[in-house]
Amino acid sequence: MFSVDTVIHQPGSFAKEQLDESFDYRWPEGGLQYIPDWVYTSPAIYQREVERIFHGPTWNFVALEAEIPRPGDFKRSYVGPTPVVVARDTDGSVHAFENRCAHRGAEFCRSQRGNTREFICPYHQWSYDLRGNLQGVPFKRGVKGEGGGMPKDFRNEDHALMKLNVTTLHGVVFASFSKDVEPIEAYLGPEILKDFEVVFKGRQLRILGYYRNELPGNWKLYHENLKDPYHATLLHSFLVTFGLMVAGSRNGMIADATGRHGTLASAKPDDVAAAVDQVKGEMRAYREDFKLADRRFLEYVREFDSPWSVTMQTIWPNLIVQRELNTLGIRHIVPNGPHSMIMLWTMFGYDTDDEAMVRHRLRQGNLMGPAGFLGLEDNEAIKFVQEGLRRSRSHTGVLKLGGDTLGSTSSVIDEAAIRGMYAYYRKQMEL
Amino acid sequence: MYPGYDMAVADARAMRELRLEIEEFHADYCWTLDCGDVESWPDYFTDDAVYRVTARENADAGLPVGLVYADSKAMIRDRAFALKHTQMYAPRSLQHFVTNVRVLEAKGGADGTVKAQANYLLLQTLVDGPTTIQQSGRYYDSFVRVAGKLLLKERQCVYDTVLIANDLVLPV
Repeated sequence: MFSVDTVIHQPGSFAKEQLDESFDYRWPEGGLQYIPDWVYTSPAIYQREVERIFHGPTWNFVALEAEIPRPGDFKRSYVGPTPVVVARDTDGSVHAFENRCAHRGAEFCRSQRGNTREFICPYHQWSYDLRGNLQGVPFKRGVKGEGGGMPKDFRNEDHALMKLNVTTLHGVVFASFSKDVEPIEAYLGPEILKDFEVVFKGRQLRILGYYRNELPGNWKLYHENLKDPYHATLLHSFLVTFGLMVAGSRNGMIADATGRHGTLASAKPDDVAAAVDQVKGEMRAYREDFKLADRRFLEYVREFDSPWSVTMQTIWPNLIVQRELNTLGIRHIVPNGPHSMIMLWTMFGYDTDDEAMVRHRLRQGNLMGPAGFLGLEDNEAIKFVQEGLRRSRSHTGVLKLGGDTLGSTSSVIDEAAIRGMYAYYRKQMEL
Repeated sequence: MYPGYDMAVADARAMRELRLEIEEFHADYCWTLDCGDVESWPDYFTDDAVYRVTARENADAGLPVGLVYADSKAMIRDRAFALKHTQMYAPRSLQHFVTNVRVLEAKGGADGTVKAQANYLLLQTLVDGPTTIQQSGRYYDSFVRVAGKLLLKERQCVYDTVLIANDLVLPV
């Protein structure tokens, strides 16, 4: 069912998948215009990523506050591949801690989300409060007359769950295993903060539901896909045919100063037909004969103070914020080894939406997600890339569009944002 | 359970006949999809049909999102056209298996709506992979009779297979 069920060429059966720390990880000549396959296939590189990136000084998305609105609300979540619990305490504050009992290590929280007064590990019933502090240990003093129990110097304070550093911004909750991560606004940078605020600032979210899928590709490919406006105008017939994103129209690939985050932005042209007409010769995906039977699907309700009708934000290392016309959502990337990632999707609207607006968002939701007209094509393409990287004898990819520049571009025929991400990545990874 | 799909008390013999008719409907529906004739798939729906594929966690929590969400036959038609002609995905074949058909309500409302449920299993085979379970789930269906034939006015496909294997391309 999932990538590991592949019959031909089981993951792990190729040399490129077996590289350990002893391999000479030397970036190919030509700098960032070439990407070595081992960044996507090596288990040693993956372990280094978990340690330095996901468990390092980064802010990882863990929850939307709207998912846990009341005291005692909690959800299971992940920082990198590591399971955590996000909970709201009685005073309204939000906390995150490892989903691992401090006693014997059981992953104690089994419900996806819920409401509770305390967390009790089912194995030996150690109990923890909503901040992850150890509350109770059964038979702590042993049984009268028989002895046993904890040593006299056992202090509950010394055995809390491993707590994470937590910050929230406009209803979005981030966590970090590091105490040395900069404040979230500085972490995002002004270029990214701007479009992030368009979606979240001053808004009360209404959760519309969830999707989850396993995507058999390296987690970085998802970031690259959304820092790659070139593919958007070629792969996705919906974008092209209906003029949602057309080369030559007003588009932008916006990167922050570090290169790690990005916003893929586009403005639906006023005259779609004219915009498409100029470039359709280059685009095989363009379908003259495709006319929507239900035109409500792609209507755009102008609800944002923004020049862009679409912003797809990649927030390093594990968050995508989707604003595609009126379909809104976040995607939480859970890395799952070098060849796989789990995608956790939360779709939302706003509490001010009337029933008609909710239905409009649901209809437009068909663009995205694991069955979306754009989403499924991306998932297929990323799967194809991972298979090609794992199974081939060649060993490098090419990123030459736009030369050797890094970061933001106004042209969509450019790969500078991917190169910018790898410039940052190489520093973090010492590669 | 799905809101609005409770078992009503009715004439057992009439229910049995209806069940046979619904089983024939499922067999035809699955045959159409399993043959790859996705452009005939919209013919099983009324013009105002609602079709949604959603995870059980959404259905249980009353959350409205759909992995696929259509509230008109026209939207179903657009999806069918896209799948046949414009979407990029690896070639695959499907087999639908529908069992445990239960007629819940033989005549609800003025239009004579028939409500039923059934379990489904959707198997998928890619060109170089094993046959895998794409989805295990349950249909909650509302049928109406148009010119003597049952058509779906609503089909809620509620799946248990919460972690989707990459994507869901072809219809459930």
